[in-house]
Formats: sequence, C-alpha cells, structure tokens
Amino acid sequence: MTRFVERHPAWALIVIIAIAVALWLIFAVWPPGIEEAIGRKRVFLNALFNGITLGGLYFLVASGFTLIFGLMRNVNLAHGSLYLFGGYVGYAVSASTGSWILAFIVAFILTALVGVLLQVLVFRRMEGQDLRQTMVTIGLSIVFADLMLWACGGDFYQIQTPTWLIGPIDLPLLTAVKSSGEPVYLRYPLVRLVIFLASVIIGIAMWLALNRTRIGMIIRAGVDDRDILAATGVRIQIVFVLVFALGAGLAGIAGVVGGTFQSLSPGEDIRFLLASLVVVIVGGMGSIPGAALGALIIGLAEQLGSVYIPTYAIVVTFLIMVLVLALRPQGLLARR
Amino acid sequence: MSVTHDARIQVRAAVPTAQRPIVHGWPDINNPAAWIVAAILLIMPLIANGFFLIEIFATTLILGTIALSLMFLAGYAGMVSLMQLTIAGFAAYMVAVFGVSGNANISLGWPWWLAVPMALTLATIFGTLGGALAVRTEGIYTIMITLAIGAAFYYFTNQNWAIFNGHTGINNVSTPHFWGVDWRWDIPFYYVVLAVAAICYFAVDYISRAPFGLALQGVRDNPRRMAALGFNVNAHRVAAYAVASFIAGLAGVLQVWNYRQISPGSVSVGACIDILIIAVVGGITRPIGPYIGALVFVLLRTFALDFLVKIGLDGNRFRLLIGLGFLAIVFWSSDGVIGLWQRWRQSQRPRSDRPGGGRGHG
Repeated sequence: MTRFVERHPAWALIVIIAIAVALWLIFAVWPPGIEEAIGRKRVFLNALFNGITLGGLYFLVASGFTLIFGLMRNVNLAHGSLYLFGGYVGYAVSASTGSWILAFIVAFILTALVGVLLQVLVFRRMEGQDLRQTMVTIGLSIVFADLMLWACGGDFYQIQTPTWLIGPIDLPLLTAVKSSGEPVYLRYPLVRLVIFLASVIIGIAMWLALNRTRIGMIIRAGVDDRDILAATGVRIQIVFVLVFALGAGLAGIAGVVGGTFQSLSPGEDIRFLLASLVVVIVGGMGSIPGAALGALIIGLAEQLGSVYIPTYAIVVTFLIMVLVLALRPQGLLARR
Repeated sequence: MSVTHDARIQVRAAVPTAQRPIVHGWPDINNPAAWIVAAILLIMPLIANGFFLIEIFATTLILGTIALSLMFLAGYAGMVSLMQLTIAGFAAYMVAVFGVSGNANISLGWPWWLAVPMALTLATIFGTLGGALAVRTEGIYTIMITLAIGAAFYYFTNQNWAIFNGHTGINNVSTPHFWGVDWRWDIPFYYVVLAVAAICYFAVDYISRAPFGLALQGVRDNPRRMAALGFNVNAHRVAAYAVASFIAGLAGVLQVWNYRQISPGSVSVGACIDILIIAVVGGITRPIGPYIGALVFVLLRTFALDFLVKIGLDGNRFRLLIGLGFLAIVFWSSDGVIGLWQRWRQSQRPRSDRPGGGRGHG
C-alpha cells in the first residue's frame, strides 16, 4: 500500500479523493442541490447495493472460470452452461423438497460432477491445445444449451426464497430526513445481503485455501509452472480434476443464487459467460482477487449505469473493458 | 504473454505438407474440379429455382464470405476473431441508416452508391479499431475480447433507438435499381452475390501469396522472429483485421439486401458463434473451406427440421445436431471437412501427388 502511494502519488491522491467522495455520498444526508442534479439518495443507494450484490454473484461465476484458467489454461466457454445447469438443478431440488440449502448442496455436487466429466473426457485428451479446447467448449455449450432447452423449455424459473430470508430490513444508512426531523433509513431485501455476505465468505475461504493450505500451495505452484510441479512428484491430474470440480461447482452455486434473486431462462448461460469473460479480462486472468475487483467494478457499472444512463449501460461496461485493455492489457491485478 | 505461444492454430497436423513452390499462377487453373464447380455456379439459375437460388446458394455465399474473413484472420494470421459477423452486421446497419428504408425517421435516404461505400468505410474503421484492441492480447484472449465486442454491439443495438432502432431493427431496406434491373430479383441478385464472393475468394487467395500475406503467415508462426527481422508485427495484424473487416463488410451489405431488414437478432452472440462453426467445419486452412462449411450449415439449417421429423425425432433439435456435428469435426479433424476429404483422397491414392494439397501457406 505504502509502496503504491510512493510510486504513484497522483493516482493515490485521485483514489483517496474518489473514496472520500463515495463515502460522503453514502453516509451524508444529501443537500437539495445534489438531489436536484442526480436524483434522490434512495435511488443511488439502491443502485449501489444492487451493484455490489450483483458483483458478488459475478464473482461466484467468474472465480471458478478464472481458477480453471489460471491452473490449466483452459478457457472453458461452457462455464455459462454450468451456471444455468446449476440453476435448473437448484430449482428442481428446491421445488420438490422446499429446501433452499439443499438446493445449493445438490447443485454444487452435480455441476462439480459435470466438471469432472468435462476434465476427464474432454480436456485431458487435448492438453496444451488451447484453441481446440476452446472450440470444443463452444460446441459443448451449444449442445448443453439445446439439451437444457429440451428438458426445461423456454420458460422463466425463479427459485423460491426461503421464508426466513423474505422481506426487507432497515440498514443504518440515512436516505433522507423528514421535515419532522425523523430520519429515514434505507430498506433493502435481506436475501440479497445474505447472498452477498456468502459470496464474500466464499471468496475469503478461497483466498485462505489458496494461500494457507498445502493443496493451495500445490495449486499456486501449478499456476506458475505445472511441468516442474509434475516433475516433483505431485499427481497433477488429480489436482486438475479437483480444481475443475471446484470451479464448476462454484458456477452451480452461482446458478442457484442467480435463480433466487434474478431468474433462469435460456440465454442466461451466454449472459453469465460474457459477464465472467469481461470480469476476468478487467480483473486479470487467473487471479482470484482480480476476479473480485473486476466483479465489483462490472456489477457497479451495470447497476449505476442502468439507473443514470439507461440507454448506454452496456456501453459503460464495454468502455471499462476497453480502457483496461488499453492501459493494462493483462488486467488490473494480474501479475504479468 | 507466454500463454499464447502454444495457442497457435494446429492446422497442419492433419496434412503432411507437400512443399511446393509457393509462387505460381492461379492455383486452381489446372484443377478440373474447380472449373466444374465454377461452371455449375455460373449456370445455377438454369438448374435451381428461386428458393434454392436465394435461400440456399446466395445465403451460402454470403455466410461463406463472412466466414472467409474469419478464415483469413485465423488461417493466415492465427487470430480467431468472433466479431466478423458483428462487422458485417455493422455494415448492414450502416447501409440501412444511410440508405433508404421503411424507417424514414432514421434513414438518411442516400442513394445506394453513396450509402454502400460509406457503410464499407465505417465497417472497415470499426473492425480495424476492434482489431487494434484485440491485437493488444494474443491467442485465446483474442477470442474472448472479440466475443465481448460482439456481445456489446448486440446489446447496444438492442438498447439504442436513435440509430439502431432498438430490438425491432430497421425494416424495408431498399435495394439498388439501375440499368432497368432490380438487383434484388433472384437471378441478378444471385450473380451479384456470386461476383462478390468470387472477388473476395480470389483476393484472399492472392493476398495469401503476396508479400503481405507471407509476412502475415510468418507473424502467425513466429512473431518474435518476424519482429527481429524488422517486420512490425502489430501493424501486420491490424492490417489483417482491416482486410478482413472490408470483406465482412461487403458480405454484410449483401446480407441486408438479401433480407431487406436488419435487427439485433442478426448480430446476436449465437450468430457470431455460427460463423466460427462454419469456418471450422469447412476448414480454416484454405479459402474454399468457409464456403463448404457455409453450404453444410445452410443445408442443415434448412432441412434438418424435416429430416429430424422424418426419422421420428423432435424437429426443434436442429441446434443440437449442429453442435454435435461441430464437436465431431473438432474432435476428429483439425482441418474441417477439407481435412477429412484430403485424408480420404490420400488413403485412396497413397503415393501420387495430391492436387492442391498443402499449397500456399508454408
């Protein structure tokens, strides 16, 4: 941190000012002048929270994608299909048993199994042929999409939120002060906050597992040089299978999350594949913190963009990607 | 960027290269099969009725030309770009915006001979800018970035009403009339499409043997060495994008004349991926590949429904069929249908020379 400040004083100043402005926008009661210029504070805070929670969802999808890429250099363009598959499984489980938690578990296990099958049957056969792998995953995503359309039809599904998570809660954030002097607090859906919290916990757990455990050490070594790692006697194929299962399982969990606070339908697979592509391009391929940062940026840009410049929301996301590519082609937090 | 050094296209594995002199006249001039195909294409209006002429052959040639631009990038420059359809769609939109269409509040009403060059110029600029962005990365990153560009354009056309008219798109685009001919009549239109496709085909074929194309193939095979030899690697790549964008733009103009309308559905992500499928199924080592792939794709798309129903399956599973076919091709032949054909020819005639085999990209 201090090194960054020493090396880029101007950038550090800009970042500090931006953070200060953001904090002021979040915590202060807005004077009428600002409300006239950019609308009510409640709208802003809602968009902000939607952006952050959407970022949490994007992180769940993109972290699996980036983990798989980081270790195996597999661009798994069927990742969106795994997301949608997890969502449909979660819907089926929660609709038949009524248990939301069980939906997560089953979705994780089943998509992880699909991931294992993919790794063993497809990727292991064409190791090192990146382009061919990419094409195969494109073909697979087409096949999966059509199979799921066949099985589930073109309807929209939404996974039932469990009763103990339904309803909004008051957050200790002022949106306005009534003329009587009574403060008005932000009301926000509890389920979104819980999901965001869960994705933060998953992110931290992944970081800890990667940086503090033996298997994490092996994975990091594999990211750096998998040939040498294999030469030291680590059975790398098993590590590959495990990581692939974890990455796919995360996509499945994300599918249940997405099915709960958005909806599931054909086409969502492509949407989330693209979201994770943009997230990892912005954050840096193969980097978990990069995926977190990218997910946050893209989620915020999408939600704030759709509130303040509705016609060009998608262009904002795209411009961020272009800007990152122009200034730092390897992504914001990638090492190389 | 070491990721990408092994990401080069493994195209020549299937064809043991018979090294021939690279520079020789038109390569197909001695090949009787090429003459027969050319003759059949020329007299097609006598054989085929309007449906086949437009829905099958003109569509094949248009899609094949878009896929040809991808083949040019992928085969000769080693860059798999998924935004070729987006560029074609951009050109199509520009023809609709600058030319005459049913949406008078959007279209500027220029005559076609002004609107088309304008559309081609803008499409080339658009594709070159996208290419300049994409060459900042390599290999599989290129796929992802161009896919992201294509998706952004799709969502943008869906949301923008001022120029692209949102998700309804622009309808009743007028087609050229001159010399007393309505060029959208089936037979004249077929010949226009055939001429453009032929020009693009021979242009790509020529470029692949011209100094620029050879340098491009050098860049594909070993960018570092080419840079050491004094070639500007990125400039060659961006120039390749410019050429490919122009070809894709030409096809886009034909496409909007063919359907007389353009909407975000025609530039969707699925359609972008279809172009990749066409190029890969046909084979991305030679310019003829995309056209073969397009023919297979169009035939499947048109007749798979009837075929599936006839053998007692659900006709809606057309995409499944396409996907499985694509998977099979990628699994078993890295050079698409051409590769399969050549292998078959080789197994028939193990020792004789193969006409046209492995030419021009060594």
